[in-house]
Amino acid sequence: MTLTLEKVSYRYAGTTRASLHDVDLELADGEVVGVVGANEAGKSTICLVASGLAPRSIGGTLTGRVLIDGQPTADRPMHEMAAHVGICFQNPATQLSQVADTVFEEVAFGALNLGLARDEIISRVKEAMAAIGIAALGERDPRRLSGGQMQLVAVAGLLAMQPRHLVLDEPVAQLDPEGRALVAEALKKLAAAGTGLLITEHDTDLLAGLCSRVVVVDGGSLVASGTASHILGDARLDGWGVEPPARVRLQRALSAAGVKSELPT
Amino acid sequence: MTTAAAVILGGVFWPLLIVVFLVLLPAAYARVLRQLLRFAVLFSLPIAISALLVNLFFYPGAQTVLFQLGPITATAEGLSFAIEILCRIAAISGAVTLFYLTTKPSELVLDLERRGVPARLAFVANSSVQTVPAMAERAQQIIATQRARGLDTEGSAWKRLRGIVPIVGPVMLGALNEVEERSMTLEARAFTRPGRRNLLWSPMDAPWQGVARWLLVLGLVAVVGAKAAGIV
Repeated sequence: MTLTLEKVSYRYAGTTRASLHDVDLELADGEVVGVVGANEAGKSTICLVASGLAPRSIGGTLTGRVLIDGQPTADRPMHEMAAHVGICFQNPATQLSQVADTVFEEVAFGALNLGLARDEIISRVKEAMAAIGIAALGERDPRRLSGGQMQLVAVAGLLAMQPRHLVLDEPVAQLDPEGRALVAEALKKLAAAGTGLLITEHDTDLLAGLCSRVVVVDGGSLVASGTASHILGDARLDGWGVEPPARVRLQRALSAAGVKSELPT
Repeated sequence: MTTAAAVILGGVFWPLLIVVFLVLLPAAYARVLRQLLRFAVLFSLPIAISALLVNLFFYPGAQTVLFQLGPITATAEGLSFAIEILCRIAAISGAVTLFYLTTKPSELVLDLERRGVPARLAFVANSSVQTVPAMAERAQQIIATQRARGLDTEGSAWKRLRGIVPIVGPVMLGALNEVEERSMTLEARAFTRPGRRNLLWSPMDAPWQGVARWLLVLGLVAVVGAKAAGIV
């Protein structure tokens, strides 16, 4: 299954300028695509459009097409889109429904909304929690978890809805190093299991370890696209407001100091 | 139903009987008696004080003077009526507090949904209750932050009042900021899908609980009937 953004432009409600201009982007099953760019470049807007929340939920004007398996999605209601594409935001606390007493119930929230049978929901929840490595948290109060654990619970909740694609808007931005490591590990597992991931992130080290492809957004347009190693090593990255991964920076520092070396990948 | 019966019956005897048998004894059985007394008093104290003062001093048509306090007069009729009102307040606050202390909001909402209440309505009711502790926690964090910046939130009433603004502002704005992301999260979890949804579990509902509910309903009907017939 492929999620495609075809010549997508988007303008938020109440604004006169478009935040995205003619964006073409494709995410295939099992593919992990990173989106980098400066603040306000349009990364989060891409996430909202790809997940279907823009314009369905937040209004605004969208031109171009968002396709799932080549089929236009413009007429599909949000709950149908949610079954195909899940989205996770950066603030772990706002990802929780606030009405579940246990992690198990929290993870089940989305699957329940899909109107699935009880046994099917339980099976999906167990599967999702195991896939992301939080099976041991099932009985815990989701509001009393660490930020990293909360984010994992949010991702598991999306997985229980079994979307083919997940859109993650800066999933580790508000997490401590331990939380980042937890989420990164879980995302690696998901990618290995065949879920397509679209990840916007400032943390290029995380993307370097996860993504097969990276695109750069600048001023609402895609300005570069290629393999992760190619794009994250591009000399223009700083100019686009993106900090290269530590490995690239170290390599450059060594070169500038006249040290000839090739860091192991 | 407890509160309705106390209000309908009126007087002193019946509300007190209701308080003892339908509030205090169940609270003792549930081992929440001390909490109940504390919360119920806190909950009803402002209204109880105002009801006592208004009726004691300003009961219309009262004749029997108890004592004089400057230009106002306390009357026996006013005191008698105030005691009746206080008994009703005790029944109402006691019953509400007992309900609060012995019922998990999530279980209540789940049960309501099982009985056909729309999922959205159930969610709104539940999240409203669950949001209160989260807001309180956020307020505590902001109070600590503002104190660290030198805001004086203790001392005279005026100082405390002035301290409220820099605390309430961030609490409310922060909550409003989160609302949009929270609502998008709900949409992304198919919350807006029409139709009923299956539930993971239902709260325990033993046969005796059903019998108790019906007995309460019958009791209320009997109270209304007895009152209408002038028996009580």
